[in-house]
Amino acid sequence: MITVAYVIFWILLLGATATYATPDSWLRVLASPEIRHATWLSLVSCTTAAGFALLLAVPVGYFMSRKSFCGKAWLDAALDIPIILPPLVVGLCLLIFFQTWAGKVIEKAIPFTYTVAGVVLAQFVVAASFAIRTMRGTFDHLSARPEDVALTLGCTRFQALWHVALPAARRGMVAAFCIAWARSLGEFGPILVFAGATRMKTEVLPTTVWLELSVGNLEAAVSVSLLMVLMAIVVLVIVRRTGEKV
Amino acid sequence: MIQLEHITWSADGRVILDDLMLTIASGTYAVLMGSTGCGKTTLLEVLCGLRRPQKGRVLIDGCDVTSLEPRERGIGYVPQDLALFPTLKVYDQIAFALKLRGLTAAARVRELADELVISHLLDRQTETLSGGEKQRVAIARALAASPKFLLLDEPLSALDEAMRGEAAAMLQRIQQQHQLTVLHVTHSQAEATQLADLQLRFERGRVEPVFRPF
Repeated sequence: MITVAYVIFWILLLGATATYATPDSWLRVLASPEIRHATWLSLVSCTTAAGFALLLAVPVGYFMSRKSFCGKAWLDAALDIPIILPPLVVGLCLLIFFQTWAGKVIEKAIPFTYTVAGVVLAQFVVAASFAIRTMRGTFDHLSARPEDVALTLGCTRFQALWHVALPAARRGMVAAFCIAWARSLGEFGPILVFAGATRMKTEVLPTTVWLELSVGNLEAAVSVSLLMVLMAIVVLVIVRRTGEKV
Repeated sequence: MIQLEHITWSADGRVILDDLMLTIASGTYAVLMGSTGCGKTTLLEVLCGLRRPQKGRVLIDGCDVTSLEPRERGIGYVPQDLALFPTLKVYDQIAFALKLRGLTAAARVRELADELVISHLLDRQTETLSGGEKQRVAIARALAASPKFLLLDEPLSALDEAMRGEAAAMLQRIQQQHQLTVLHVTHSQAEATQLADLQLRFERGRVEPVFRPF
């Protein structure tokens, strides 16, 4: 009963939002060059951030799942820091880091502050934590026994990971990528603080909603929000179909 | 020949292997018995290199292999849960070790499949197999690496009474055909009596010979 009420509540929320803008205005808004650019940048930056998050999450998740060592609980908690930090604080931390000596050296090679690379980094920092958690859960559910047997059959530790653990974890990898992607799509605070909200440059869809709301263009804000809802549903369907359980 | 010299292993303050000594001569079918949770699996893992002992040495044919990786020991291992690779078909399970070594797999896989009567299963995913079929696939997979030693952790425990006798006969045939030194872990005295050249009992972290028929 409570579940049904909760689902109905969400259907009403989305229904009300969906009926706020007419299809004509929706298409008109989505055809504007600024919003098309923001959509394109969101797709590219989310995919890039999720890809990097997965590249980090697989070895870190595997290590955290398979190894026991002193201080593991502390390291585990440290990996979750981006999840519990307020988003604006994440952005502020990034901004301050790139003012330090180390940050300035990195900036000389790849400029991050107020650039598209900064958008990707801000999305990556938070998304990676979710991807790591998902991959760790995936490897926790997979027995280490087949990898042990692979070692006796001639594998190195890396070959056992590559030939045995990773194929078995492929569904978890898809889920981790999708979760990182969806999380990146909704990221707003760190991007606003670290990469800015410059139209046709660092503007992504959540920034568009905020920019349109701030000038009172509710119709555009609603249209973009609906586009994001649609994208989130597509990702959710992919996660459900591939199955989070391995 | 397998020799364990003064092997010690403890975890969480509990001594599991306590200055353990063991010698198994080449070509012997040794059966190790002991109560549940006494450390038989730990012993097998120390032997095949999955655990490094805190003290002591593992010798294979007189060479100290204590610091060698599992892949360098020439020991085949069939764990109790069989640990078949979840994404591979039966053919690829058996071909796994051969492909790793860059060898042509097809002929050897067919040969092993014929020997273990699983030729008709080569295209199957392992989750569709029965317990007995899975067990034979796991043994074929281990044999494909041409080990000199084979460690079997309760290989017959998942089989029903009717299949056990047949499976035990198969293990004996394999040992003789491949000239293997086998260490077989079980709870069953009947299994030990049927198979063992050397019966061993694991108690309080140590292994003692029970019976040596000659």
